Amino acid sequence: MPEVLIKAESLTKKYDDFLAVDRIDFEVFKGECCGFLGPNGAGKTTTIKMIHCVLPLTSGSLTVAGMSVSEKPREIKKMIGVAPQEENLDPDFAVITNLLVYARYFDVPKPEAVKRAENLLKFSQLEEKRNVIIDQLSTGMKKRLILARALINEPHILLLDEPTTGLDPQARHLIWDKVRSLRKQGVTIILTTHYMDEAAELCDRTLIMDHGKIIEEGKPADLVKKHVGEDVLEVDYDAEVMKTLQEKFPEAMLETVGDRIRVFTSQPHGVFEDFLKDFPTKGATIRNANLEDVFLKLTGRQLRE
Amino acid sequence: MKRRDRIAASFKLPELTYRVWKVWQRNFDVFMKTWKVNFFPPLLEPIFYLVAMGFGLGQLVKTVEGVPYIQFIAPALVAISVMNSSFFECTYGSFVRMYYQRTFDGIIATPISVEEVIAGELLWGATRSLISSSIVLGVVAAFGLINSPLFILILPIAFLGGLMFSSIGMCFTAIAPNIDFFNYPGFLFIIPMFLLSNTFFSLSNFPQALQTFAVAVLPLVHQVTLTRGLMLGNLQSLMLLSIIWISAVTLFFFILSINLMKKRLVK
Repeated sequence: MPEVLIKAESLTKKYDDFLAVDRIDFEVFKGECCGFLGPNGAGKTTTIKMIHCVLPLTSGSLTVAGMSVSEKPREIKKMIGVAPQEENLDPDFAVITNLLVYARYFDVPKPEAVKRAENLLKFSQLEEKRNVIIDQLSTGMKKRLILARALINEPHILLLDEPTTGLDPQARHLIWDKVRSLRKQGVTIILTTHYMDEAAELCDRTLIMDHGKIIEEGKPADLVKKHVGEDVLEVDYDAEVMKTLQEKFPEAMLETVGDRIRVFTSQPHGVFEDFLKDFPTKGATIRNANLEDVFLKLTGRQLRE
Repeated sequence: MKRRDRIAASFKLPELTYRVWKVWQRNFDVFMKTWKVNFFPPLLEPIFYLVAMGFGLGQLVKTVEGVPYIQFIAPALVAISVMNSSFFECTYGSFVRMYYQRTFDGIIATPISVEEVIAGELLWGATRSLISSSIVLGVVAAFGLINSPLFILILPIAFLGGLMFSSIGMCFTAIAPNIDFFNYPGFLFIIPMFLLSNTFFSLSNFPQALQTFAVAVLPLVHQVTLTRGLMLGNLQSLMLLSIIWISAVTLFFFILSINLMKKRLVK
């Protein structure tokens, strides 16, 4: 059994009348990359903030490395690195100074801080920007600097709250590479994201949250298999076609969105090819089922604001 | 929460460690990056006042409370610089760091607590008072207006007074819905105090009721009393009262402001 590093039992957070996190239980194991997925307002960020001791719990218990977040916040914060969703780099300082001042908050001695800051500049590919003021950095550079800053205390646990939101594909892939290399070094990572490809790419295990509850958990591939099968057939909407599909795949889940029909089935690979051979259908495509299908199936298509 | 519990929560003694100084140091580093600009106002302002009011108005007024007018206002300028630098540092300055820059959010993700962040801000505000008043004191000395070696004690008094005005300012920051809100304390508290605290006019000229009010509730009155006594080398028993008044008010608002800020920042 892997070692449990973070453990929540009946964890609850209530703001005035709004229940942000509703009696959730979960465990995070040492060395894994665990993804928290969920629509806006699902309670992901609230959960993250309780783990790094900046939000008090309403009830339940939450321990990090066996220590309760309400009793040992300083000890816990020492071993955690946080890359928050909302950029909060210090705009009064240049890139390198941001790292050095942050190191000072963690009591890292100056020579050691300088060494770490240099390494992190290299790691985050910001060496040429060392003396640039924060305002002049691009979004991607800021996200990289936030990641670098989160590593200045050489944390055992890294909390990444939407680390790639708003980034272009190049910048995203760079962050992904960094996350993977940290995981290889043995850092335990908790990641929240809206991007299902990101979760599938990086996470060993995902927890799907909605309305403050954890509604499903498991390995990304297992979740896909369990909820939406292997293949998805998409065709243009037509009442006639719909009827045929219902007859042919009685056990399948049929979903109509806009003018397309999607067919999810737990039948093995190849079943849709056979169907299309007999009934060539307009606009038909077959693709692999993915985590996004699972996500939408479990949390619905209603917009969240 | 019951009313009694709420009051108790507002005056809970904060747990503070050496980490307070890391927050102070952060602000000090920022200040030193632009020290030339920061040294400008406390250097020029007293010169303008001493020339315009001291020489100009002094021609008409001659003496106040037995001293030449310019000598009467010189200590007031020091006390005013104490008030302005810390009050505005812990209102506009702290609000910008808290709200616009999210600097506090960044710091509390480290082993530093919210209480320590606010205490660091307050000590920094007091330090700004110390820096400004030192510069003003230098200007006043250059005008030859310091009569007593006791003037050196003005510096610790400036730090203490700075801590008081920081703490009062921070209470406003804790309840400010937006940055424009600070116009209220600025115009309803700071400006009247600037004019009515035995600064440019002797308080004894005012109606008795106003005098009593000023001594009872205006912090600047006490800062001026202490600064003037030490600069002129004229120690009075009233100064002891002012020291006690300032210490008590500082302690009260120091604790209150930390708890109010904590309430605002930790939901």
